[in-house]
Amino acid sequence: MPRLSYRGLAQIVALIAVLAIDRIVSPQFFDLRLQDGRLFGSLIDVLNRGAPVALLSLGMVLVIATRGIDLSVGAVMAIAGAIAASLADGHGLWLVLSAALGAGLVCGLWNGFLVAVLGMQPIIATLILMVAGRGIAQLITEGRIVTFTSPDLTWLGNGSVLGLPVPVVIVGGMLIVTGAVVRGSALGLLVEATGGNARASALAGIGTRATILAVYAWCGLCAALAGVIAAADIMGADANNAGLWLELDAILAVVIGGTSLFGGRFSLALAVIGALIIQAMNTGILLSGYPPEFNLLVKAVVVLAVLLLQSPRLTGFFRAAAQLRRAKA
Amino acid sequence: MRVLPPVAITAIVLIAGFALSALQFPNIASTRVVADLLTDNAFLGIVATGMTFVIISGGIDLSVGSVIGFTTVFVALAIERWGVPPWLAFAVVLALCAAFGAAMGAVIHVFDLPPFIVTLAGMFLARGASFLLSTESTPITAPIYAAVSDFAIRLPGGGRLTAIALVMLAVVIAGALLLHLTRFGANVYALGGSRTTTALMGIPVGIVTVQIYMLSSVLSGLAGIVFSFYTAAGYSLSAVGVELDTIAAVVIGGTLLTGGQGSVIGTFLGVLIQGLIQTYINFDGTLSSWWTKIATGILLFVFIALQQGMVAIARRSPTSKAGAKS
Repeated sequence: MPRLSYRGLAQIVALIAVLAIDRIVSPQFFDLRLQDGRLFGSLIDVLNRGAPVALLSLGMVLVIATRGIDLSVGAVMAIAGAIAASLADGHGLWLVLSAALGAGLVCGLWNGFLVAVLGMQPIIATLILMVAGRGIAQLITEGRIVTFTSPDLTWLGNGSVLGLPVPVVIVGGMLIVTGAVVRGSALGLLVEATGGNARASALAGIGTRATILAVYAWCGLCAALAGVIAAADIMGADANNAGLWLELDAILAVVIGGTSLFGGRFSLALAVIGALIIQAMNTGILLSGYPPEFNLLVKAVVVLAVLLLQSPRLTGFFRAAAQLRRAKA
Repeated sequence: MRVLPPVAITAIVLIAGFALSALQFPNIASTRVVADLLTDNAFLGIVATGMTFVIISGGIDLSVGSVIGFTTVFVALAIERWGVPPWLAFAVVLALCAAFGAAMGAVIHVFDLPPFIVTLAGMFLARGASFLLSTESTPITAPIYAAVSDFAIRLPGGGRLTAIALVMLAVVIAGALLLHLTRFGANVYALGGSRTTTALMGIPVGIVTVQIYMLSSVLSGLAGIVFSFYTAAGYSLSAVGVELDTIAAVVIGGTLLTGGQGSVIGTFLGVLIQGLIQTYINFDGTLSSWWTKIATGILLFVFIALQQGMVAIARRSPTSKAGAKS
């Protein structure tokens, strides 16, 4: 059994290591300055740019904990962004937000319905929306890049609260809300039980269907929020490129955060740290002057390294080796 | 109780779709349009053949699009910048792809990792490698490219069956023979049915897994070469998202995503259905390209739901309790 006190140590060390490398690459990396009541600096930039993936990973981590996966989050981001951008001028912020988030919720419920009620494999079920979702987003924007000028919505992407950029505050808020709901009640336990063994959980009286439905709905909601922030950031919605490949980053963040793809135990905070590690790497590569394409190679290596560490076969091998050493001693 | 086999449903959808399209736009029913359909989807047909093997074995390969992109860039640079003769460039790139696929298969088998995430890493790796080679589109001007694109078998009615369409048809036929008539093909089905049972039967699961991913990557490489003939250029961003189209074609073709059932012919029909949707949208003119994605999504849903229903029926019948899937 993993000792709880050490849980997360590896991720925090990794984050510090990546930040230290960033500091070597760019000496002014840790510099912060206050301008017009808002903090600026590379560190804030990492938090700010990492916000969409952090939000996605908050939803994704719950889905993965039930032994599922949601490939459609990037497409849901595009849909929510498209809705928000099309409504932004001429409608109030609350209407815009509820329309966009409502759409995300519907998308999540659809995924959850396919997985929980129809019993489809999660990869396949969410693949449908991943393919069709971008088409739906383009349908909403009519294939154009929709721009808007609404100051309310723009504030969500570029404003600041107490010196921190709004997206960072939103991620913090969502982390607290999700954590409170999941860990403050038995929900988190139900999610872990469902992921550990869905059949046994159902026999033990856990409403696995409702649990799965709920996590996919929450994932859709988080994705929609990420989509709104991404749209607000660039003051427009590009149905083709908004959230493109971010589902992969979100899955990577969750995996780096130590949540196994085989379901079960999960950690919200570590998933967010995982997202920050990814963003710190991206920012570091940008600052170092390497072409941003280099990102993909680094990510591939990181995925492989984390996977090998998680591999049941490899840990079994290490355990056997340790036992052998102990037996010899 | 045997209902219609999935391939028959795919065939009916294709024929009905074609008939409806032809009723609305009589010009669709010409050899010219049909031959173009084959040419435009040649690379998709080749990758999808490889993907069929992977999915029947219970796996998935997300790296195919990136491998196509890598191949086009590598071939273009080798021929145009490094002065390598085209045939040698093709051989080298196919060998690279084989090694790449074998490595993915080995990682999947040795470390017991989900194919989804391993091939995801492979997707990043191959795309990253092609970016490192070149981020610009490199035109290919070698004489063989002009010669191949001029070559075509003329069909009655003005259709041109191009060389790349012929390559695709050859791959589909060879793939079907390999899957349905050889021991390797039988092993692929067995692996998709149940990995444990397959291992207990004495089939070398590891070797078969490596071979399957090797086949998929080599066919992706071949598709990349075909793609470079199609566009006469190499570009690191080519074939982004093709893995989705490929998986969709395989599923629409009646292959069970949980593995153990499927056919190459079905996949070929699935590719043609996707091509038909695209052609219909082109003919219509008022529909925009995003309807392709939505229509593909709807078809995917219908076919997966259909499969789900058939699996449920199979589970309920007392004779077949083989459903080892969780």
